[in-house]
Amino acid sequence: MKQKTFSRRLIGRVLAYLLAILIALWILIPIYFITVAAFSPKDVIYSWPKSLLPQTISLETLLFFINAQYVLDSLWNSVKVALLTLVISLVIGAPAGYALARYIFPGKDVYRIMILSTRAFPIVILSIPLAVTFMQWDLYDKLISVALLHVAMALPTTILVTSSVFMGVSKELEEAATVFGCNRIQAFTRVALPLALPGLAASAIFTFVLSWNEVFAATILTIQNRTLPARMFVQLAASPIPFRFAGGFFILVPAVVFMFFIRRYLFSLWGITLK
Amino acid sequence: MAEIQVKSVRKTFGKVKAVWDVDLTVHDREFVVLLGPSGCGKTTLLRCIAGLERVDQGHIYIGQRNVTDLPPKRRQIAMVFQNYAVFPHLTVFENVAFGLRMQHKPKDEVKKRVQAAAELLHIEELLDRYPAQLSGGQRQRVAVARAIAIDALVLLMDEPLSNLDALLRLEMRAELKRLLQEIEATTLYVTHDQVEALSLGDRIAVMRSGQILQYDTPLNVYDKPANLFIGGFIGNPPMNFLDGEVRTEDGQVVVHTGGGDIYPPSDVGAMLSRLKEPSVLVGIRAENIETLPAPTKGALQAEVLVVEPLGSHNLITMQLGPEQVKVNTSADFKAQPGQALWLRLNIDKICWIEKATGRAMYPD
Repeated sequence: MKQKTFSRRLIGRVLAYLLAILIALWILIPIYFITVAAFSPKDVIYSWPKSLLPQTISLETLLFFINAQYVLDSLWNSVKVALLTLVISLVIGAPAGYALARYIFPGKDVYRIMILSTRAFPIVILSIPLAVTFMQWDLYDKLISVALLHVAMALPTTILVTSSVFMGVSKELEEAATVFGCNRIQAFTRVALPLALPGLAASAIFTFVLSWNEVFAATILTIQNRTLPARMFVQLAASPIPFRFAGGFFILVPAVVFMFFIRRYLFSLWGITLK
Repeated sequence: MAEIQVKSVRKTFGKVKAVWDVDLTVHDREFVVLLGPSGCGKTTLLRCIAGLERVDQGHIYIGQRNVTDLPPKRRQIAMVFQNYAVFPHLTVFENVAFGLRMQHKPKDEVKKRVQAAAELLHIEELLDRYPAQLSGGQRQRVAVARAIAIDALVLLMDEPLSNLDALLRLEMRAELKRLLQEIEATTLYVTHDQVEALSLGDRIAVMRSGQILQYDTPLNVYDKPANLFIGGFIGNPPMNFLDGEVRTEDGQVVVHTGGGDIYPPSDVGAMLSRLKEPSVLVGIRAENIETLPAPTKGALQAEVLVVEPLGSHNLITMQLGPEQVKVNTSADFKAQPGQALWLRLNIDKICWIEKATGRAMYPD
């Protein structure tokens, strides 16, 4: 009897691992190919059949991509927009989440629904009127306007995450802080905020990646100052294959790097350190 | 350290009267316990004194200062919470030092005070650890150390022992009492555990439905409860209450109860004869009932139902007339279910309750 359940559990375990590996491969294999291609010379990329392992490592493709017109500028624009989006949505989203978690105020439920409903707006419909409005306000083709739109897109999920994060921080802790000398703001910054940091880090990743990858609104709202996805969207159809691989690699890298940065905060701030 | 004065405080939550017209004075260096069942308002009262709730009416004074409109940080209080509220993202040292740091005390003074508090609570070796690495009992000590490290006028404690297991609770109770006696703190302590209240407090305020029913020393609350509720709430097992009828026979006041008659002393008799209605409840504790094997004058006949040997003594449940009573006997007292025994109530220890109001009566 014992042996039966043991082997059944073992099979279950193996299946679970297999599934995890499959999912990981599904994501990693394209990344692998893109990376390999980005570091291969032109003729290898054009050859067929392709080998699994990199034959020659060369920076030729990447250099070709970087030196293409405006690429470095758009890359830099993407970074600027993503960071702006991140900062603004956290500055607005964290207190908003805190208010939803801690306070009862008239219209609270309506407010919550309204926040979520902005997500329901198709960006396709929004961007043209927005472009017109921005033109009228002299904000067209400026990075800040793309960032603002990204903030509007990211805010619903950000607030959802921050409010549940703050609900997870025991109110008693802030009360203890007020007893031992803090006013409400100090209790927030010294106790609630540090404990909410892992959750805030998670929403930071999401916001950064959302802004980084966003292509449609960025394309419509900019002409000269394009972000990288917007630039590529416009130019990719006419580009050679190596260009595309390099472009893919470039879009990939910053998001992954950013995630490695945030990871430490994600794991925790108290007592559990990464070696 | 200082005095706490609560004057006519009211606090409602919507329609619920959590605290209603409460007056309370805790003297300097006194240890007062707020005792009562869940929902009686004791925690709300404590939180009002701490400043975590705003009172709807009334005033609160700490150390002669009117603190009614002040936030907690301005009241010079320290508090130990039921779930300890130890900051998870700070080391034990930083936790204990928190209040001192907020007061901008110089570094070496902080170190000195934290060390002293840690020694009193026996957590000196834990100062570098994080709360997640501590047991519940250790976290509780950190919470207490944090409270005594600062120079608070008043120490407030909200059921600090209730989350500990039974054995640890017993140990911590004694340690806490010794500690607080040593630092001579004015303390207000909330609990629903009447054993804790009796063992720790200089005075106990028994609360129910937002009001203080009795405010007296543990001995008086135990021996002379103010009403039926308190008599039944305090003590383990709860006080027995027997229906009684007051009669006058041959000029003497006699109370007919439990199928027999008992003879109260003259001052009590005079008091009972003045009652509008002759119905009383005879309240007597299990340890104040003597068990006799043979019929005696003034003793009531009862039948043994259940015998529970508790090690140090036996707890016997008996059928006395239409009611059941619980009686304590020595551990080697032999009794069988169905056996007839005679119970003599210690007449001086009887708590006489006016049946109509539930209030206890004591002769002047």
